Amino acid sequence: MNRVRLGLPRAEYDLDVDLALPARGITVLFGASGSGKTSVLRCVAGLERAREGFVRIGGAVWQDDAGGVFLPTWRRSLGYVFQESSLFEHLDVRRNLEYGLRRAKVEGGRAALDEAIELLGIRALLARRPAQLSGGERQRVAIARALATRPQLLLLDEPLASLDLPRRREIMPWLERLRDQLAVPMLYVTHSIDELSRLADEVVVLDKGRALAAGPVGAVLVQGDLPVLAGEEAAVVEGVIVERDARWHLASVRFDGGSLFVRDGGLETGCRVRLRVLAQDVSLVLDAPQRSSIQNHLPGIVDAVLADSHPSQALVRVRCGAQVLVSRVTRKSVDELGIRPALPVWVQVKSVAVVA
Amino acid sequence: MAVLDDGAWQAIWLTLELAGLTTVLLLVIATPLAWWLSQTRSRWRAPIGALVTLPLVLPPTVLGFYLLVLMGPQGPLGQLTLALGWGTLSFTFTGLLIGSIVFSLPFAVQPIQHAFEAIGPRPLEAAATLRASPLDAFFTVALPLARPGLLTAAILSFAHTVGEFGVVLMIGGNIPGQTRVVSTQIYGHVEAMEYAQAHWLAGGMVAFSFVILLCLSLLKRGGGSFVR
Repeated sequence: MNRVRLGLPRAEYDLDVDLALPARGITVLFGASGSGKTSVLRCVAGLERAREGFVRIGGAVWQDDAGGVFLPTWRRSLGYVFQESSLFEHLDVRRNLEYGLRRAKVEGGRAALDEAIELLGIRALLARRPAQLSGGERQRVAIARALATRPQLLLLDEPLASLDLPRRREIMPWLERLRDQLAVPMLYVTHSIDELSRLADEVVVLDKGRALAAGPVGAVLVQGDLPVLAGEEAAVVEGVIVERDARWHLASVRFDGGSLFVRDGGLETGCRVRLRVLAQDVSLVLDAPQRSSIQNHLPGIVDAVLADSHPSQALVRVRCGAQVLVSRVTRKSVDELGIRPALPVWVQVKSVAVVA
Repeated sequence: MAVLDDGAWQAIWLTLELAGLTTVLLLVIATPLAWWLSQTRSRWRAPIGALVTLPLVLPPTVLGFYLLVLMGPQGPLGQLTLALGWGTLSFTFTGLLIGSIVFSLPFAVQPIQHAFEAIGPRPLEAAATLRASPLDAFFTVALPLARPGLLTAAILSFAHTVGEFGVVLMIGGNIPGQTRVVSTQIYGHVEAMEYAQAHWLAGGMVAFSFVILLCLSLLKRGGGSFVR
């Protein structure tokens, strides 16, 4: 387990986090701008120095102020992707990619670079200059450049923030491929709920320099007491497409706890997909729904009734098998239907977004 | 009669030699100085920066006067060179070289400093995350990215040295083959009422200066881009 503990006094608020990071997958640092996400990343990289810190990644201690250890950035086995392009303008793409490769002198660096070039689809760009690349291409090259040093940790600071929506959509699948195919753990900073629900395995919610919540994305997003989610509370459901209905253009996604119909986006059966079910699109009924226009019903058990941002509303967490869904209902309904933990209910899902 | 006599050619070669040496030495001195000024947060930054800029505003005679005193037999530099058995530097080519370096220092430091500042911290941070030590990053990232600034500094230093007069006269005097450069040669011709000779040299200086400024503006236009 990687460990990051940082303390840094700052003008607005003090940064104070203690994180255990999994050894692979994407951990998203999520929070509003100014919540300290980027500072955490910069401190982990050693670009900024935390006053008191302990950073241990992949068995190596990068910073331990109790033991007087502080490695400069260039001695840390990390990759860093900046928000805006950080490619060296005076070098072509190939020499940008080889810059870190030559210096890291790690075994298998060349193979790692080849793999990254393949994974990110940039082989055709090698002879170009950074000025001749689009924003999305630049970021893909920057990611590949970072991976060529075979880092123990890949840090990504809002890598999509400087891109417009089509470019973001273009680069997101590449990031998913990295997550699914590489063993390197990633720390990914974003304030976009889209990127969070699409990419995160784990999430750390930051607010004013502190971690409000941390854990698997499915659990944190239905936690219910995180104002930073701003009404975007949602369940993230991972499942497999088991059936496609050509007549109605629907696909059935099976997950541990039932199945949901989604719009058929052309993905083959057997594909793993990630769904986002917003709390506001989920309603609850006590009896099995009949003759409803809503296609998706799942039986479940109420797990908890949580306070919502407005006193008229409540967030109800419902367990459907291993999956937890969350529903935004009025307080009045909670009272009239007698919704309480352990009550069996039917969940009606009005709309499901396939995020990946 | 030849258009330019031997004395004129001697002065021209001496001028080019002085300007070339000054430029090379200035680049070596000004680059680390400009780097320090662009990176440091020290409280010495402002006073050092002002000191470096001083030759820009001081009359060359003032600068020349102090250099003369410094290099003279009573000055600290003069005493040092005397102790080393080199004699005094005033009225020698070496003395002129030192004077030119001081005189043109701001013309070399400022373009380079601005170029370093324009790079910003990002490329250097990126280099550090790619395992480049600070020295490595300086040579492989900062210097190449500052190339337009270095080129501007070189051209300005060269041109400014060719055009100097006051400092030369103060510390170099007007010794043919030693310290007589084009500007003092012109002065000599005018004193001697040799207007035809003065014309040729003065006209040459005008043409030279024009070409330099033209080069600079062309350089500025294409300097920011690395696309070929």
